Amino acid sequence: MIVVIDYGRGNLFSIEQALRHLGAEYTVSGNPADILGADRLILPGVGAFGDAMATLFRSGLVEPIRRKVAEGTPLLGICLGMQLLFERSEEFGDHAGLALLRGAVAPLPGGTMRIPNVGWRALAPNAANPFLGDADPGTMVYFVHSLVPRPCDPTAIAATIVFNGQDVAIAVAQDNVMGFQFHPEKSGPAGLALLARFLKVPA
Amino acid sequence: MRVVGKPGEMARRYYADGADEIIYVDAVASLYERSNIFDVVKEAARDVFIPLTMGGGVRNIDDARLALRSGADKVAINSEAIRHPDFLNEAARAFGSQCIVLSVQARARHGRWEALVDYGRENTGVDVLDWVEEAQARGAGEVLLTSVDREGTAEGFDIDLIAAVREKVRVPLIVGGGCGKVAHAIELMQHVDVDALACGSLFHYGWSSIADLKQHLSSAGIEVRL
Repeated sequence: MIVVIDYGRGNLFSIEQALRHLGAEYTVSGNPADILGADRLILPGVGAFGDAMATLFRSGLVEPIRRKVAEGTPLLGICLGMQLLFERSEEFGDHAGLALLRGAVAPLPGGTMRIPNVGWRALAPNAANPFLGDADPGTMVYFVHSLVPRPCDPTAIAATIVFNGQDVAIAVAQDNVMGFQFHPEKSGPAGLALLARFLKVPA
Repeated sequence: MRVVGKPGEMARRYYADGADEIIYVDAVASLYERSNIFDVVKEAARDVFIPLTMGGGVRNIDDARLALRSGADKVAINSEAIRHPDFLNEAARAFGSQCIVLSVQARARHGRWEALVDYGRENTGVDVLDWVEEAQARGAGEVLLTSVDREGTAEGFDIDLIAAVREKVRVPLIVGGGCGKVAHAIELMQHVDVDALACGSLFHYGWSSIADLKQHLSSAGIEVRL
């Protein structure tokens, strides 16, 4: 069973509809026991990094998530949920994250493209990373964010976009930990297809 | 007013045709204080996997929450924001600026643009350019700008208005009102750096289709999602 982790940060309606549309069996829960029983985890999230981590700790969800990942359960972070996978974030101070991937979350590079980055952008898959390596270059997906992770390990980058002249990581995948900075549930049929890839990762 | 189709079916059709976002506006909500649009959004959100914005009749935090729980990603606020500007701050604090769209109904009057409320029926005396700047500072994460003078005329966008508003706001700017043919859209996109076009009649009446419009924009060198 897929468990969509509910910690009160973010609108889960669309993610649920997307999973239903893909024919997946899922449950939405903020209960540590359900998370420990999951064979696949999705960590969504909207809002501020520090507040989200504090809420995960308060809800007793940090250790269950870490334990499941250590056991090899596939985990997908979406939007803020992807940022939480990293060691720390500079958003409104300096906050520790789940540290499932090495690297820090930093503001998008400045320039003529306005921040927050809201709207559709074309992604470039990293051919060296198996998760999205064979995805169509130029696939457009929908973003709403101001920060982005900078993975220490370049092989963890599954896809990038060009933002103010720089390549920034907007999808990551390393072993059983994956993340999308964009919203696959809001990115049309192409987004659903990317979400479906996570559902096919061996559990 | 004319009924052009069932809202749920139209959303699915436009989604299949390549729409990048759907904006539901209950044009008479402010007048009659009815809010059945929540059900319409909920139906659409089951099968339509692009951003959904709901406007019309969002009067308080509970309305906004219900809209978001019904599957809307953003709420567009006009009348209530003008009557009680603090509502924008409150809504942005509660849900994040990315959810809060300032809807502006602009009409040229006495050499400037005035914001109207109640879906373009009531004057307010509020200057559009001052208002969008204030609303952005209060937490509006996006501006949906409609020219009341052009809406329904199919005479083209009010480029002067749009360029003036673009100067004032750095949040995403979505513009509508007056698009009657593909050439209008190309003309606007070549003159002003807007983030998106909102078209109603153009598609509702079949003067063009989303796919057709996007092909033409792409041929004109404007980046679109095909």
